[in-house]
Amino acid sequence: MELYTGERPSVFRLLGKYMRKGLYGILTQGPIPTHLAFILDGNRRFAKKHKLPEGGGHKAGFLALLNVLTYCYELGVKYATIYAFSIDNFRRKPHEVQYVMNLMLEKIEGMIMEESIINAYDICVRFVGNLKLLDEPLKTAADKIMRATAKNSKFVLLLAVCYTSTDEIVHAVEESSKDKLKSNEICNDGNGDCVIKIEEMESYSEIKLVELERNTYINPYPDVLIRTSGETRLSNYLLWQTTNCILYSPHALWPEIGLRHVVWSVINFQRHYSYLEKHKEYLK
Amino acid sequence: MDLKPGAGGQRVNRFVDPISYHFLQFLWRTLHLLVSLWYLQVSMVQMIEGFLISSGLVKRYGALDIDKVRYLAIVVDSEEAYQISKVIQLLKWVEDMGVKHLCLYDSKGVLKTNKKTIMESLNNAMPFEEAVEKDVLLDQKQMTVEFASSSDGKEAITRAANVLFMKYLKYAKTGVGKEEPCFTEDQMDEALKAIGYKGPEPDLLLIYGPVRCHLGFSPWRLRYTEMVHMGPLRYMNLGSLKKAIHRFTTVQQNYGT
Repeated sequence: MELYTGERPSVFRLLGKYMRKGLYGILTQGPIPTHLAFILDGNRRFAKKHKLPEGGGHKAGFLALLNVLTYCYELGVKYATIYAFSIDNFRRKPHEVQYVMNLMLEKIEGMIMEESIINAYDICVRFVGNLKLLDEPLKTAADKIMRATAKNSKFVLLLAVCYTSTDEIVHAVEESSKDKLKSNEICNDGNGDCVIKIEEMESYSEIKLVELERNTYINPYPDVLIRTSGETRLSNYLLWQTTNCILYSPHALWPEIGLRHVVWSVINFQRHYSYLEKHKEYLK
Repeated sequence: MDLKPGAGGQRVNRFVDPISYHFLQFLWRTLHLLVSLWYLQVSMVQMIEGFLISSGLVKRYGALDIDKVRYLAIVVDSEEAYQISKVIQLLKWVEDMGVKHLCLYDSKGVLKTNKKTIMESLNNAMPFEEAVEKDVLLDQKQMTVEFASSSDGKEAITRAANVLFMKYLKYAKTGVGKEEPCFTEDQMDEALKAIGYKGPEPDLLLIYGPVRCHLGFSPWRLRYTEMVHMGPLRYMNLGSLKKAIHRFTTVQQNYGT
């Protein structure tokens, strides 16, 4: 998969690709995770460590992201969710926030230009989160790439932007409430006003767990969540979806993540597959 | 660990190419055997380290700043939770270390079922609900213990969702309700408290089980919780517990900023 470079693969790249294929041939003798989630932690520490100019860490992180997504695609992982930007990140210095937003816009516009390649690889790109918090150019670009790749299904890339789990849970409650209202067909008094008669209140059925689950931003749930930099917390990410998810925290900073980390997460998923499947069955 | 062949991915078809299939199966099992040996070696090193820490031979873990752990949660695999004596031993260690607020969780509610036995075995502990009722949560004399299971996680959030929905319906009944349902995180907090879920977010969550996975601990209470995998409960030791708590006291969070 040669996205974004357009260059002819070198001998070393071809050799690497075939070695990876051999490794995948071994790994695919066991169950492969359907969904991997990533927290891209450590870009700023990487920049500091290597004395890079401002934004250098994020640029290096983006290259690492492309590599990781390539490995997921080649391995047969169907979904990858990336924690690109948290609602909490808005509290960073304004110029830093703006830099990340500009980088995202640049990369989304790059994707739009390479739309034919993305479609050729049958990749669906979805932005999930409270997208109302994005500024207009970014929102427009995100909508454009989502529409252009909506029909693709081999690999689904979920980009969590302006996302926190607690915001997602509240959103799910709102959507489930709206679904309840629609299903009871109110607002039918002809004037467009919404007046609920008191006797109709009792006719509403309760919101069920399965309805909340249907209204979360991210489905299906991840099998492994990888957070780089050795941090052991979820930072308000996928709290709802990680009930049966392996949490893996390699010490590598995000730009340092490599194939070995993806392979290690798959091996651990295979080691504990039966246990987690049993736990999922119990919770159903 | 129970290794099973996969159903997905690009598997070599055993009927089309039996030699390749068996060779790859052999390589796959060998890979997992090597990984298992690696983990065995890591466990042995951790056990030796735990023993050295428990014996006081590693000075670094001598003094713990336990006040940094305002609320500790322990998740236990439900099958392992039946080892009540082990659970009680663990809680005694935690109590002796000076932890003031603790939440014990297993998804099936085995620990909840044995609540009475567990509480009676502790010297100076009080159930969390009782502490809330008597308003003595800030009282540092006794350790409060909260028991939780999967019904206190997503199902509790669902019940809170219904509280919010009913409040919205009552508001809409007044005839002003042109607005669609719109809730805030603070309202969700209040709704959870209203139905009896007053437990705060743990600072540290220790997982005793085969996998590093929180197994359904309340999603609303895990935002910035540090999660540490301690291994199976049967191999627990005081040294590993001290090490995990010591490591937590050195963590600095930036909360996304």
